[in-house]
Amino acid sequence: MTAPPALELEGVFKRYGRRTVLAGVSLAVHPGELVAVLGPNGAGKTTAVEILEGYRAADGGTVRILGEDPRRGGTGLKARIGLMLQGGGLDPRSTPRDVLRLYARFHDGARDPAELLATMGLSAAAGTRVRRLSGGERQRLSMALALVGDPEVLILDEPTAGMDPEARRTTRALVAGLRDQGRAVLLTTHDLGDVERLADRVAILHGGRIVAEGPPQELAAGTAARLRFRLARSLEASEAAGLTSAVAAESPGATLAMEAGGAGGAYVVAGADPNPAVVAAVATWCATVSIQIVELRAAAGTIEERYFELTGDEEIGAVA
Amino acid sequence: MIIPAAVLLFFASAGIVPGAAGRPVDFLLPGSLALAVIASGLVNLGIATAYERSYGVLKRLGGSPLPRWGLIAAKLAAVLALEALQVVLLLAVATAVLGWRAPSEASIGAFVAALLLGTLAFAGLGLLLAGTLRAEATLAVANGLFLGFLMIGGIVLPVDHLPAPLGSIARILPAAALSDALRAALGSAPSPEPASAFLLLAGWGAVMAGLAVRTFRWD
Repeated sequence: MTAPPALELEGVFKRYGRRTVLAGVSLAVHPGELVAVLGPNGAGKTTAVEILEGYRAADGGTVRILGEDPRRGGTGLKARIGLMLQGGGLDPRSTPRDVLRLYARFHDGARDPAELLATMGLSAAAGTRVRRLSGGERQRLSMALALVGDPEVLILDEPTAGMDPEARRTTRALVAGLRDQGRAVLLTTHDLGDVERLADRVAILHGGRIVAEGPPQELAAGTAARLRFRLARSLEASEAAGLTSAVAAESPGATLAMEAGGAGGAYVVAGADPNPAVVAAVATWCATVSIQIVELRAAAGTIEERYFELTGDEEIGAVA
Repeated sequence: MIIPAAVLLFFASAGIVPGAAGRPVDFLLPGSLALAVIASGLVNLGIATAYERSYGVLKRLGGSPLPRWGLIAAKLAAVLALEALQVVLLLAVATAVLGWRAPSEASIGAFVAALLLGTLAFAGLGLLLAGTLRAEATLAVANGLFLGFLMIGGIVLPVDHLPAPLGSIARILPAAALSDALRAALGSAPSPEPASAFLLLAGWGAVMAGLAVRTFRWD
């Protein structure tokens, strides 16, 4: 991308008392790009996002949105940024129609509230008070608020959290569409589905630092690809040794390990690229010994594995 | 909305107020007007803002192109509108039901000045609470102060009638300053020393507004 970044964090530090929450975070999002920030709770995601949004000041480093400091940018800059905050910031007594109309008044080139409500599937609930809306409906309203000013830049904090599968799909399509229109989108998420389906690049934030960054496929591939298979029964020690030799003959240095968990019979070959020759070695050996292969996978690692590798986070997962 | 009017009618009719010279309504009308200012600024604005802050509404607005002064101006306009309604209602009740007439000493300029300074002080206090305390605490404190001011703010009971230590404290509080300033503006007899009341009120206004601006947290 040759366009200058729409969103930029460079060497950002943030401390609360003695605790360093962000220890030199650098990240850029260009127009037409969607970057997902993944990280455990407490990794500094919210802090980084609030610094970008201008709610907090960084202790060190620079922050730029559309070339300006978000804390100094003023209302002209704010008009070009769409925010989706966690928790929404909605008055329980207000209705979606009220809220969108109000926020539309703050912008010169606002989208039509009725049209936006329809796009977000809130037309039926337009006159319902926020406190009576479902969680998914509130999230959609929150998204609508981010969009009402037709912004060039979008910062979405966990946009699919708490949504039912249909709403999640609609939201993802919407967000992808915004990126396709040339806007810059930064989103934080716990949901690997978001990352896999939406992100041009993903940044993994852990312990206040970005520990990995790049296109999701690259990150996933960063996990060593391994051959995994499940046999109809567990192997005896001697059998395991035999299989190991067979694989090592094909790929020197390869080892066989039992996969933890499961009902036994699950193995992983480490230290070998799971190419067809290695697969053939395993299959031939199993044929010789007459053991059924129930399941076999030779794909590259997933983002999930890479994420666990880097962070040890227990809470992540692919919701859908 | 109706509490100040109810207070006015009740205390005037019940003849509880020891009117020094003049009729009860001469004392009670400025008192009720002061109560209306306190209700609008401290209670109404304070509590509403406190809950907006706790719901994250203020924070969300902070991310929109609405400038900070725009939000404050809007809230002030709302408070003033509410007060205007109450002033009309109270004057109507006083004139129509209690036979009040504005004496020649009454000054519209001073009246408006007293209302505006009072609004600054009590809306300032309301926002000070809303911006620093949890919403439930603001709710409790604002209502508590409202009751307290009702009792010792020269609203229904002249400050002179309060027992000694309480009276001295009450005299320097913003409520008594406001009701005295209004009394002076409306020409109620005996008219208290107007200058000191206005000055005290202005001082409170500056302090409250200043503190609110310094300490307000949007989230």
